[in-house]
Amino acid sequence: MITLPHFLVLSGILFSIAVAGIFLNRKNVIVLLMCIELMLLAVNFNFVAFSRWWGDVAGQAFVFFILTVAAAESAIGLAILVVLFRERKSINVEDLDTMRG
Amino acid sequence: MLTTILFYFFSTILVGSAAGVVLSRNPVRAALFLVLAFFESAVLWLLLDAEFLALVLVLVYVGAVMVLFLFVIMMLDINVAKMREGFTKHAPLGAVVAGLMIAEIVYVVWFRHLGITLATTAPPLPANYSNVHLLGQVLYTDYMLPFELAAIVLLIAMVAAISLTMRHRTGFKKQDISAQVARRREDAVRIVKVDSEKAS
Repeated sequence: MITLPHFLVLSGILFSIAVAGIFLNRKNVIVLLMCIELMLLAVNFNFVAFSRWWGDVAGQAFVFFILTVAAAESAIGLAILVVLFRERKSINVEDLDTMRG
Repeated sequence: MLTTILFYFFSTILVGSAAGVVLSRNPVRAALFLVLAFFESAVLWLLLDAEFLALVLVLVYVGAVMVLFLFVIMMLDINVAKMREGFTKHAPLGAVVAGLMIAEIVYVVWFRHLGITLATTAPPLPANYSNVHLLGQVLYTDYMLPFELAAIVLLIAMVAAISLTMRHRTGFKKQDISAQVARRREDAVRIVKVDSEKAS
């Protein structure tokens, strides 16, 4: 019997793995972007599961919008990455210290 | 029963491929693991009767976003070994944070049930249930304005990506229409008088 907590726990595990990935791969911007995609996927899982159990399709409409924004975000992120690589010949986060952050 | 088996099978692969994204040494391999993760989630969304979103996930994510990721990874010349420095140093911290988050989520969701009754199977759907029909009805009425704003967001993202990556190279031959139109006979033609008798 599959209940709502099954899906919520699954999405929680996915989200936590993505957070761990941000800790582990803190040098590689591409893998950081992929971890963000994974987080958004986990959140979308919650939306879809709640929409199924509550019988309200609005949750799925929101997943649609999240997908749109995530696609736009990754497109712009990768464009910035390409420009950055042309400028610096590196995508290491530690080389990007112009602003002394 | 079948649903239970399918859920556990696909969610195991999903968690495994998510771990692969995080742990793999090569960014190309990480991207391919992410493709697998999106496929598994699409299957799980089919189990949740969200057919349209499952298809959109495969088409948009696997078909467009991940291909873009792979393009960029292969276009950039990344020093993989240098990127892995500090991986083992941060691994314990990442594992502790992830473990704590999983433990907390499992405690709240699984043991406390968010304080409400959740431990039931999904309510049955009507016989003529159509996911696409319902979603379209909601998107084009209640969420009309957000839908159009999403279209504008995509347009702006496209313009931004193009204008960021466009490069004006110097010393690159291309057609200049205004220069062609502004060209006059006096600039282009030079009349030379040649003495034909002397040449022979």
